[in-house]
Amino acid sequence: MADLAVNLAGIRLRNPVLAASGTFGYGREYAAVVPLDRIGGIITKGTSLEPWPGNPPPRTAETAAGMLNAIGLENPGLKHLVEVDLPWLAGQGATVVVNVVGRTVDEYAAVAEVLDGQPRVAGLELNVSCPNVDKGGMAFGVNPESTYALVRAVRRRTRHPLLVKLSPNVTDIVRIAEQARDAGADGLSAVNTLVGMAIDIERRRPVLGNVTGGLSGPAIKPMALAAVWRLARVGLPILGGGGISVWRDAVEFLLAGATAVAIGTATFVRPRAMLEIAEGLEEYLLCQGIERISDLVGAANPGARAG
Amino acid sequence: MRLEGARVEENRLLAPEHRRMVLHAPDIATSAAPGQFVHLRVHDSLHPLLRRPFSVARRDVTAGTLTLIYRVVGEGTARLADRRPGDRMDVLGPLGRGFRMLPGKIPLLVGGGVGIAPLIFLAEEARRTGRQVELLAGARTAALLVGEEDLREFGVECCPATDDGSRGYRGPVTGLVAGRLDGRAVYASGPPAMLRQVQLLAESVPAQLCIEGVMACGVGACLGCSCRTRDGGRRLVCTDGPVFDAHEVSLDG
Repeated sequence: MADLAVNLAGIRLRNPVLAASGTFGYGREYAAVVPLDRIGGIITKGTSLEPWPGNPPPRTAETAAGMLNAIGLENPGLKHLVEVDLPWLAGQGATVVVNVVGRTVDEYAAVAEVLDGQPRVAGLELNVSCPNVDKGGMAFGVNPESTYALVRAVRRRTRHPLLVKLSPNVTDIVRIAEQARDAGADGLSAVNTLVGMAIDIERRRPVLGNVTGGLSGPAIKPMALAAVWRLARVGLPILGGGGISVWRDAVEFLLAGATAVAIGTATFVRPRAMLEIAEGLEEYLLCQGIERISDLVGAANPGARAG
Repeated sequence: MRLEGARVEENRLLAPEHRRMVLHAPDIATSAAPGQFVHLRVHDSLHPLLRRPFSVARRDVTAGTLTLIYRVVGEGTARLADRRPGDRMDVLGPLGRGFRMLPGKIPLLVGGGVGIAPLIFLAEEARRTGRQVELLAGARTAALLVGEEDLREFGVECCPATDDGSRGYRGPVTGLVAGRLDGRAVYASGPPAMLRQVQLLAESVPAQLCIEGVMACGVGACLGCSCRTRDGGRRLVCTDGPVFDAHEVSLDG
């Protein structure tokens, strides 16, 4: 049997296929059709210190081979996660990475500190695409200095493996990733959604209540793959994602340098996509005569540095 | 909630732009309730990408089938219209919270256009439990009054209204509602303008509205189909609805 287990920046996963944040709730929503102990892990909905109400509707729009979302990081807050979701997820045998969001460095750090005492958490994924309210609302992750400051502050409050989820809406994603590395990140998660929009030509106004949203789905896969390829030289393990629909897409990300992959929009289309992808990876290894999936990581990328 | 590879048994034109589809999906058929919906993958390629939600219009537990009545309005429903008997289609369901039939009140069902679909299921369940049912059905013109042949199978006649007066009452179906509210509970499904009117007319009686929402996942994971409540709260169409108490939900966009 082929070995699908991987170690992603200190997070031990039974297979390299994870549910991307914001596409799988806290696991309950799809549990009837996706057994949580059969996927690599679940990255929770972005969780903030207090509950967030999210954006006005409409919040989603379909586009060519993709979709836009502007949910606004609606979530029930940290207390709900700790008291309700984490115990339930533990009972399901799920490997849980908590996606952390905030409006200030202190808010992020406070969430990290509370979760540091939680053995049911396997790792943290820092969403650095939130607007920084102390700095005029520009996203933390579009600026090297604010990325460094944020990752540094969170690093000081947590012993959990720390992944930084990078925004593709930057000039040089490698430079931002190096700042995250230097501030103490254990791994990178790439990429978040691309900024996009759609306009309703009958009503002559933007479709989304928030005007712009994040583009995801197969439309962004080539761009996400190129980002992972470039990030492989930073020297941190990578959780790759962006438009992965089928197992062949996942193999491409692994060959580019990702240690594991995150599946998002594909789950909306095919709820069992993660299970199908994990099965496809295993078959690929068997057909290729490769024993361990980790042997594929960066195998097509001469610039990849071992994470 | 189940994910079933359903077989298309029928997919025929009922009226201009309106079609009736029968799917063999026994697990979902057994557990479906009136007002619930199924989320269909209408084809296998990348565009349009997302699944499409459809109300269940009928189910037959013995035959293991679900019936949908849909209107071809865009790319997704155009692809659905292309499906042929024998084709396989991926169906997720049943999803959402359906109608809650109130005891002691005569059900008054108000449907607009293709929105009549979940009311056919509700009427059939009501008849099965020996209840009297009144059904008001509106459409632009007589040819677009769909669902009557299904309703006749279990002995329900609808009271029609058409915008052009080609059949029944001339004007919006809500014009038939006002004089009929005494001792009734209203169950409505149709376009937003119709539902807003029902909401106004039915202020003093119990009323439930089946609403539509743009959704990606259909199961409460993406939080895309958020709608407003009258007290400023938020609900998800897919899991808190699609049927809401008329006095709870806000339909103002």
